[in-house]
Amino acid sequence: MTPDWISGLLGGALIGAASGLLLLGAGRIAGVSGMVGGLIEDLARGLPGGRAGRRPSAETALFLLGLTLAPALYLSLGGIREIVVEASAPTLIVSGLLVGFGTRLGSGCTSGHGVCGAARLSRRSLAAMGVFMAAAVATVALGRLV
Amino acid sequence: MRKLVAFVAGLVFGLGLLISDMANPARVLAFLDLLAIREGTWDPTLMVVMAGAMTLSAIAWRLARPRRTALFGGAMPGPARPRIDARLLIGATLFGVGWGLSGICPGAGIAALGLGGAPVALFLAAMVAGMALFALWERGLARVGA
Repeated sequence: MTPDWISGLLGGALIGAASGLLLLGAGRIAGVSGMVGGLIEDLARGLPGGRAGRRPSAETALFLLGLTLAPALYLSLGGIREIVVEASAPTLIVSGLLVGFGTRLGSGCTSGHGVCGAARLSRRSLAAMGVFMAAAVATVALGRLV
Repeated sequence: MRKLVAFVAGLVFGLGLLISDMANPARVLAFLDLLAIREGTWDPTLMVVMAGAMTLSAIAWRLARPRRTALFGGAMPGPARPRIDARLLIGATLFGVGWGLSGICPGAGIAALGLGGAPVALFLAAMVAGMALFALWERGLARVGA
């Protein structure tokens, strides 16, 4: 694909600004896998935010709602990008299972460890980011052989 | 107000993913495919997006440092945990392999749902299942006292 520097920088700045807004405004880290996982566990327990000492999950749910509604805002601003998924259905299932289990075991994904944790120079996040980038690059390289 | 902040942050975070094209799995895979450097078709856009996002996020962390509470209430996150353990590294590896298979990570998947249709929904369903499996697995470990 042709690199798109301007859109990349602008979009990246918006992602960072949104993380900063959530941090400074609400004291929360914009880690998407942690939010989804936490919400699942809250729902499974029957009471949102039920576990003692845990903050209520209304902010988490609203962040995820905003994320889900982003395409509507994007289209209303005249956005024309398409989402191209090349993976087959079985690959998507294996991929999703690994992403779900792995981000919970490793306490974060591209947003929590990458955009947030690595930017505060957390050792854990820097290590996680190095490992998941390397694993993803290796997976794509191996995929070329298959 | 915290709830509004969380919703707007989610919306802007998703908008950033869509504008930068990082919600598009094909664009992410074009970055992860480092062997394409040889062929002159490698797409470094993700690096630019990450640089933009991490710069603003780092500024927010700097501004957050002297604060005990967030602007609209609630405690700020505590210091980052320092310990790099096997769970972190294995989790990051599994996530990286899953990410490399499809080009979809949790935040991008949710932001792409409204535009990407069934393949994205299938990925997200599998991701949620993977997170639920993790919660069950952890509960099993707690029961056997591991």
